[in-house]
Amino acid sequence: MLDDFLVRAALAGLAVALAAGPLGCFVVWRRMAYFGEATSHAAILGVALALAFSTSIFLGTLAAALAMALTLGGLTGRGLAADTALGVLAHGALAFGLVAVSFLRGVRVDLTAYLFGDILAVGRAELATIWAGALIVAGLLAWRWSALLTVTVSEDLARAAGLNPARERAILTLALALVVAVALQVVGALLIVAMLIVPPAAARALARSPEAMALGALAIGAASALAGLWGSLVFDTPAGPSIVVAASLIFAASLVLPRLR
Amino acid sequence: MSLIATEGLSLRYGPVAALSNVNIAIAKGEIVTLIGPNGSGKSSLVRALLGAVRPAAGRITRAPGLKIGYVPQKLAVDARMPLSVGRFLSLPNRRPEPEVAAMLARTGVPGLEHRQITALSGGQFQRVLLARALLAAPDLLILDEATQGLDQPGTAAFYALIEDIRRETGAAILMVSHDLHVVMSASDRVICLNGHVCCEGHPRVVTAAPEYRALFGHGTHGTMALYQHAHDHAHDACTHEEKPAHAR
Repeated sequence: MLDDFLVRAALAGLAVALAAGPLGCFVVWRRMAYFGEATSHAAILGVALALAFSTSIFLGTLAAALAMALTLGGLTGRGLAADTALGVLAHGALAFGLVAVSFLRGVRVDLTAYLFGDILAVGRAELATIWAGALIVAGLLAWRWSALLTVTVSEDLARAAGLNPARERAILTLALALVVAVALQVVGALLIVAMLIVPPAAARALARSPEAMALGALAIGAASALAGLWGSLVFDTPAGPSIVVAASLIFAASLVLPRLR
Repeated sequence: MSLIATEGLSLRYGPVAALSNVNIAIAKGEIVTLIGPNGSGKSSLVRALLGAVRPAAGRITRAPGLKIGYVPQKLAVDARMPLSVGRFLSLPNRRPEPEVAAMLARTGVPGLEHRQITALSGGQFQRVLLARALLAAPDLLILDEATQGLDQPGTAAFYALIEDIRRETGAAILMVSHDLHVVMSASDRVICLNGHVCCEGHPRVVTAAPEYRALFGHGTHGTMALYQHAHDHAHDACTHEEKPAHAR
């Protein structure tokens, strides 16, 4: 079954939905869209480093995303990173990454695969890595769910309840870096944030509890992945962007449908 | 033996001193009202008591196993987070539904469990926050500007509720207020803060005086009292120009 590239692609898409849906809820609630953008753009820099040092793309991406997320976390924690600073870092990291890749002579790199994903080329080994990463993210979020929610609602209330907000923020940072590394091959660096934000935004309209919103985001992400893959086959369109198109259409429907009832 | 005490507590934000040499102690079952003008360091002191900011100097001692219930000054729940009142009261620890319902009834907002947090009025939300703090069965309840946004009868009703809760649970209460003259009459002590402790004393209950009626109108049921400041110094840039006690 895993011999079929389409089955592998579908499984990779589902793994991304599993991790990005619930984590994306926190990105939406904590208004971290730009934060996520900067972190995912740093992945291109990670690709360049991985190629330069001949290590795995997954590890290079993970390291670069983690470094960026920690830097940003430190800045925002001290109230320094405004919109502008985040914008500089987000696009600076992307530009540095693109330039760095071009310096790698003798390496033929298809940058589109990293910018927009290459889900149809996911092999068995990559599929295993993607699922391992996604399960770690889902496990982290399930384990810390209540604490993460409390910290997101109010850091002062969390502290009064004996929680350590810095620790919960660090868990979200780690989860974000993992999602970036996992989703790079599926939707590409430029569209990872879409998988974090669009499914939760679509789930919001129907959800009455945070848990329902997280599960709804997961389901919508999964449906988008499958629908996007199907669309890319039928209409011969790029798979990664097609997945995001499917998610966006579901979001649009979530805005319109409740009003028709 | 006090529940919580500060010794020579100083707080700084970068080069700015927020508090210097603050010594306060709150005993079991005591109601303490902390007043001071805007920017006087009231909220900083509360955050230090909660352990959210590290003292630049001095220390804070807590009774072993001290449980603090905290009602924050303001709390904006993002409209994109669907959150019912019942779920909010179960953060981070799950509470049994009957317990949640009983506590909401106790704080005067019965039957709100399934209402979304973002659909509450200011007064309802304040009581929900109080219910949440009380569910932790605190030894010390800290209320930061809890009556902000409430009208006078609303404030009076809230004060009466706090008084009842102290009587029922025996919890000590630290009530933070920016109103420099009118305080909760049940306060055992009033501490006036302006970067440091300016003065400390008892509120004057003047409920019987006709001036009181003129000032507060009817319906506050004696829950409010006047506080007479007794500063032994004057502030140049202070928003409250009190006559020092010795100049009276």
